[in-house]
Amino acid sequence: MFVLNTLSFYSQRQVTILQMRNKRAMFAYNIMLIPGVILLITFSIIPMLGVVIAFQHFIPTRGVWSSSWVGLDNFKYMFMLPDSMQIFKNTLIIAGGKIIAGLLAPFVFSLILHEVKAVLFKRSIQTIVYLPHFLSWVILAGILMNLLTLDGFVNQVIKWFGGEPIMFLTSNTWFRPILIISDVWKEFGFSTIVYLAALTGINATLYEAASIDGANRMHQLFYVTIPGILPTTILLATLSLGNVLNAGFEQILNMYNPLVYSTADIIDTYVYRIGLLEAQYGLATAVGLLKSIVSFILIIISYRLAARYANYRIF
Amino acid sequence: MEGGKGLIRRHHPVFDTLIYVFLFIVAFLCLLPIINTIAISFSSKTAVSAGSVYFLPVEFNLDSYQTVLSDRSFLNSFAVSVKRVLLGGTINFIITVLMAYPLSKNTRLFPGRNIYMWFVVFTMMFHGGLIPWYMTISTLGLLDTIWALVLPTAVPVFNVILLMNFFRAVPKELEEAANIDGSGAWKTLTHVFLPISVPALSTVTLFSIVSHWNSFFDGMILMNSKDNWPLQTYIQQLVISLNSIMNTTDPDELRRLSSISNRTLNAAKVIVSMIPILMVYPFMQRYFVSGIVLGAVKE
Repeated sequence: MFVLNTLSFYSQRQVTILQMRNKRAMFAYNIMLIPGVILLITFSIIPMLGVVIAFQHFIPTRGVWSSSWVGLDNFKYMFMLPDSMQIFKNTLIIAGGKIIAGLLAPFVFSLILHEVKAVLFKRSIQTIVYLPHFLSWVILAGILMNLLTLDGFVNQVIKWFGGEPIMFLTSNTWFRPILIISDVWKEFGFSTIVYLAALTGINATLYEAASIDGANRMHQLFYVTIPGILPTTILLATLSLGNVLNAGFEQILNMYNPLVYSTADIIDTYVYRIGLLEAQYGLATAVGLLKSIVSFILIIISYRLAARYANYRIF
Repeated sequence: MEGGKGLIRRHHPVFDTLIYVFLFIVAFLCLLPIINTIAISFSSKTAVSAGSVYFLPVEFNLDSYQTVLSDRSFLNSFAVSVKRVLLGGTINFIITVLMAYPLSKNTRLFPGRNIYMWFVVFTMMFHGGLIPWYMTISTLGLLDTIWALVLPTAVPVFNVILLMNFFRAVPKELEEAANIDGSGAWKTLTHVFLPISVPALSTVTLFSIVSHWNSFFDGMILMNSKDNWPLQTYIQQLVISLNSIMNTTDPDELRRLSSISNRTLNAAKVIVSMIPILMVYPFMQRYFVSGIVLGAVKE
């Protein structure tokens, strides 16, 4: 009886101590989160509220409070602009091309890299192909301009083969392919990381079983390796849905020029030019807001799909 | 496991050689544009405009580097970038750690966790757009100060999620042991979690260093005075923008413009601005692959 009493007494005390400690820990957790939350409110949430400019004839000196309200005029005007359709089309074509090439190139490359047994060679290749990911579009644009100008490397090679030099960066035929190829150049290596992780996750006994059944390397590739990384590929494809309107602002801003506006002007570059260079704040905000809303819906859809079919959760 | 695979997946000499050759060519093509720019930066102007520079410098000289390194505004922008990386990187690190730790707790230990998490993820998924963002920073009086470059980017949400997932994989027993020893949340974070998270911490730190070094757009629109431009903005404004003006279809005009443009000097500027990234890259490489893979592991 006595023993039991002491036991329950101690456990009671321990429970209170634990509860107190837990409360103190929770207090600490909230404190830790405060700085980040304040910064996010200031630089993400307040700008979200700032989208009211889209419904105003905004004049900076008057501010949000005294600028006149114009309802949906900015949106109507946007749909009436002759360039709107072309800009939307450019955005979809460039973004779509990048998504497809950006899924295929690392997929194929990691399958080939996976066949390499020599560790040092494999690692050297990885070191090289990851590098462009870490360079900015400013630097890469500078490098590409050297490569593609009239007397640059590529045109020298073309001349050497007896061809006519091409003005790549002012050509409406060449500019989009260049955007897509240079985006693949920057990102394909880095994207292989995810595929390679999935490849190492394939159970080695599957290969053993396959080879006992007489499967050669090609058979193994098609019946073990590819099915093994297909779920990852489908997941990445689903998640890339959120990027359908992101055609690559930084890249295009650094590489384009007025001569290729008709094929390379995208929503983001357009917002930048009319908003910050031509000071049509209301219109630019309206265009940006429409893009944000559509992108947000696409992201939600892609996460839903990924959660349902691939059991993927962001957190 | 690797050895096992090697035994089963028999060598096929032709197939293997083809793979090695293919990979070598791809890697070479990846580096080719960079090598070409390096070669141009060390070549003479006449050789460059004659189009005779490929992989190796022609008429090797260091003139363009001498010009770059005595260019006051280039060096000034370099200093702005270094300052931004140090200040911004430090802020990023503190905020990332402080947010990732509480968010790595489950809802039993920290009931408010999911509300915070949705809030953080929402800011990642929805943006107010460029103009309201600019107006906010301008209203706060941050234009033309270093704070405009480091505060709006202070919360790297992607890094927070990466580190959070890493923290979640830390064995629960470690934290329980620390709790029994009477360690509070702060001490558990600094004495238990941080020391064992070096790979993940290095990954997120290097990501934020790289992203601060590479940013040009915020410097371009938030800094009116050239003295406040970070290096990438300087290069964007003085090398890239001027180059795209040169894109004219009139051949005579083009010839005239390219004779005054200085491709060797521009190439040298681009290369010098790459050097800091090339310097941290080897250290980074040790960690980021494992950091990303571990960070991506979910329970």
